[in-house]
Amino acid sequence: MDRIKDRLEEIVGKDYVSCSAEERFIYSRDQGVQEPSEPDYVVLPATSEEVREIVLLANEAKVPVVPMGGGLVLSGLTVPLKGGIVLDMKRMNRILEVNENSHYAVVEAGTSQGMLDAYLRKHHPRLKHSLPDAPPVATIAGNIAIHGSGHLSQSEGGFHSEMVTGLEVVLPTGELVKLGSCSTVSAWFSRAPLPDLAGLFLGWNGTTGVITKVGIKLFPRQAHHDVLIFMTEDVDAAPDILFRVIHTGMAEDINYALSPKPDYLSGFQMIVINVTAHREDELALKLRIIRESLRDYFETKEAGFMPMPPNMKAGLLEVPQKALSRFADVRKGGGFEYVGAIMPLEKIPDACRAGMEITERNGITYSLGARIIGRGHSAMFFFAYPFNRADKDEIRRVRSALEETNEEAIRLGGIPWKAEAAGQKLILGSMEPATYELMKKVRTLLDPNGIMNPGNWEV
Amino acid sequence: MQRLRFDPDLCLKCETVDCIMRCQYIHLEQDRAKEEHDRLVRGRMSSILHECVTCYACEEYCPHGNHPFYLIVERQEALSVHPVPVPIEKSQVVMMGPRGKIRPREVQAPVINMCFFGMMKGGIRGRIFEGVSTIGGPDIFCNLMFLHFARNSTIKERLPVMIGNIMKFHLEPSGVHELICYHDECYGTYTSWAPAFGIEVPFKPVHLFDFMLKRMLDLKDEIRPLGFTVAYQRPCSSRLCPETDSLVDDLFALIGVQRPKRRYEYGRALCCAGVIDAAQRFDLAEENRRKNVEDMRAAGAQYAVFNCPFCFWTLAEPVMKAGMVPIMMSDLCLMAFGQ
Ligand SMILES: Cc1cc2nc3c(=O)[nH]c(=O)nc-3n(C[C@H](O)[C@H](O)[C@H](O)COP(=O)(O)OP(=O)(O)OC[C@H]3O[C@@H](n4cnc5c(N)ncnc54)[C@H](O)[C@@H]3O)c2cc1C
Ligand code: SF4
Ligand code: SF4
Repeated sequence: MDRIKDRLEEIVGKDYVSCSAEERFIYSRDQGVQEPSEPDYVVLPATSEEVREIVLLANEAKVPVVPMGGGLVLSGLTVPLKGGIVLDMKRMNRILEVNENSHYAVVEAGTSQGMLDAYLRKHHPRLKHSLPDAPPVATIAGNIAIHGSGHLSQSEGGFHSEMVTGLEVVLPTGELVKLGSCSTVSAWFSRAPLPDLAGLFLGWNGTTGVITKVGIKLFPRQAHHDVLIFMTEDVDAAPDILFRVIHTGMAEDINYALSPKPDYLSGFQMIVINVTAHREDELALKLRIIRESLRDYFETKEAGFMPMPPNMKAGLLEVPQKALSRFADVRKGGGFEYVGAIMPLEKIPDACRAGMEITERNGITYSLGARIIGRGHSAMFFFAYPFNRADKDEIRRVRSALEETNEEAIRLGGIPWKAEAAGQKLILGSMEPATYELMKKVRTLLDPNGIMNPGNWEV
Repeated sequence: MQRLRFDPDLCLKCETVDCIMRCQYIHLEQDRAKEEHDRLVRGRMSSILHECVTCYACEEYCPHGNHPFYLIVERQEALSVHPVPVPIEKSQVVMMGPRGKIRPREVQAPVINMCFFGMMKGGIRGRIFEGVSTIGGPDIFCNLMFLHFARNSTIKERLPVMIGNIMKFHLEPSGVHELICYHDECYGTYTSWAPAFGIEVPFKPVHLFDFMLKRMLDLKDEIRPLGFTVAYQRPCSSRLCPETDSLVDDLFALIGVQRPKRRYEYGRALCCAGVIDAAQRFDLAEENRRKNVEDMRAAGAQYAVFNCPFCFWTLAEPVMKAGMVPIMMSDLCLMAFGQ
């Protein structure tokens, strides 16, 4: 008899606990190159109270708990490195409140990006939230837990974790806490003016507690969209071009891309500029201002805006963008390593060169790119390496590229994003000792038994 | 390398310089036009090389058939004047390049060459196109679009290969001697550009409208007049074969639609402005589109009909916003058959 399993079944019901070999196999891996590691239990709670009881049980039994949303992080952060319980949050997917006037929604942690988007389109068509380009099953909580970003990160205030207006969290010791305005009054409008405790759970990869509810900012949904692609062969021109476009204040989303495929785009730096507006004449004016900002580039004919057939334009107007998901399968066989590094904009050319050298050295294909965050305060530079899971040698080469990329990102002055356990060690190794010690104190204080996603942010 | 059949003396003696004086995008007094054109003829830098929006129209304007536009493209290339930014030019060269993937495929006359527009094959259907075979794709693509990119050299290099492919993989094995050109860019290539550069075309090119007209005359009894007023967007390549413009009138007469009197029609037709955008002259492109669409609407058009898919993509949205329906010629004619 497995006592833990019995207790879990009592908490969530028999249908929502599994120790079967198939289930443990599936939850032991993600699409990236990290080694698999099996959980002992897979559990799907339906309420915050159930999460609380599970965490209390895990504390009592000293069993690890690994929160999981869509499981799409790709760097093994939901792989239970030390076994234990994978807490699959997908049943907690209710949209609890939308406040139109104060522009926020309150959702359960397992609510997917796609669900919230569909809900808003149907019930609150004037509002939208910032969507990552991840497949739509990615969850709101999973994304903020890793400082994700999306199509409004450029124009509307940065990383998605910065768009959080409040949290409900089950602490590793089982207490249910609310953070932000919802801790003091009933509405979830803001983290200010209180001491900001939400940061204890944002970017921590589920190592400090289980997020059960999220208040997230909403923004106006405009009726008119267009997209421009600015093309140059000069990698060193990218920061200046980006600076100019950002400074117009007219672009919603700005992405930079460099990819060897399709072959007609190989070698070209592409700056993809999405523009939205409430009115047609507003859209036309915005496009005009952006074009003007780059006049001296295109007048020399060294760079310019690419004419786009409607099908290409339609693809680029989609939110989320499907291009990366399609690219993820370019090698067939379901493997995709998607390494990111948050870095200053001026490092983009060097990051590009590094990415190309690393991939060439390791004999793998790539897509490189960057999303501009918070009107140019930083960029999320991604190095995407697709591979075939059936090809052991290719996996070895991608793993080696991943390690080199993490090292190179730090050398360049960036920080690997959603890094795998080894990448986290690399970051911690470069960290100020006092910061490291503070992280350690926080973890020890919050999680005395070390049950939350152990193996990650190990301090 | 193929040389342009062009007589410099004819230009140097030409008093009227119709090619530039009638141009709707370059505005020069007669003396200046002559001066600038003479510079161009002599192989020197000329403002014409920078100002030209590559609308092809002067090929039609020259009363002597002396290929003023092909000459402009030759000179732009020789003097490295890039109408379109270099990265876009380079990318297009790769995008539209041959793939070497063509395989023999037997076809049956009549054969329509879809050019690069395989995605438009859905329009080749119904009564008018019964029993037609289609071919198309990058390995038989005329590449004439590179006139917009100052790259006659690309056309010179690729066209003989493409013609060879058409013959070897499709027409010869099937014993077919005629090729219907879906896009009049191909028709213009085979009837104007190729002879101008001394390239032999071993099959008989047929304009799509010519083929449609003959078919529709055979099926005349089935046609139900549509009674619409329809504006026609003349594509740039129709300047290479202006004789085909009257086929539009014939088709319209047959399906009972009216081609309204417009300011920008026939010789004064405006470019769709797609290439003007590509040349990064956005204000001019916008102005051109506005004038064109307003003119269609002012003439009372209910539909705007297209031969060229690129014109369609460029103008469909403004045309719709102005309350008209954009439609390809093949679809418009099929409507007269209730299809
Ligand atoms: C094609 C593709 C494109 C992508 N594009 C983007 C993009 O544009 N922007 C972007 O940000 N990301 C992107 N990603 C990466 C990733 O998929 C997303 O960040 C995604 O939102 C992660 O959410 P998830 O629900 O899948 O998280 P998971 O993978 O399930 O979890 C991520 C981390 O959060 C923790 N966690 C999950 N739920 C909770 C919870 N309730 N409480 C506490 N911790 C929790 C997990 O333990 C783990 O450490 C992309 C991925 C792919 C495959
Ligand atoms: S191209 Fe024709 S119109 Fe122009 S100058 Fe020469 S002869 Fe005259
Ligand atoms: S191609 Fe058009 S724009 Fe250029 S010179 Fe001839 S008529 Fe003028």
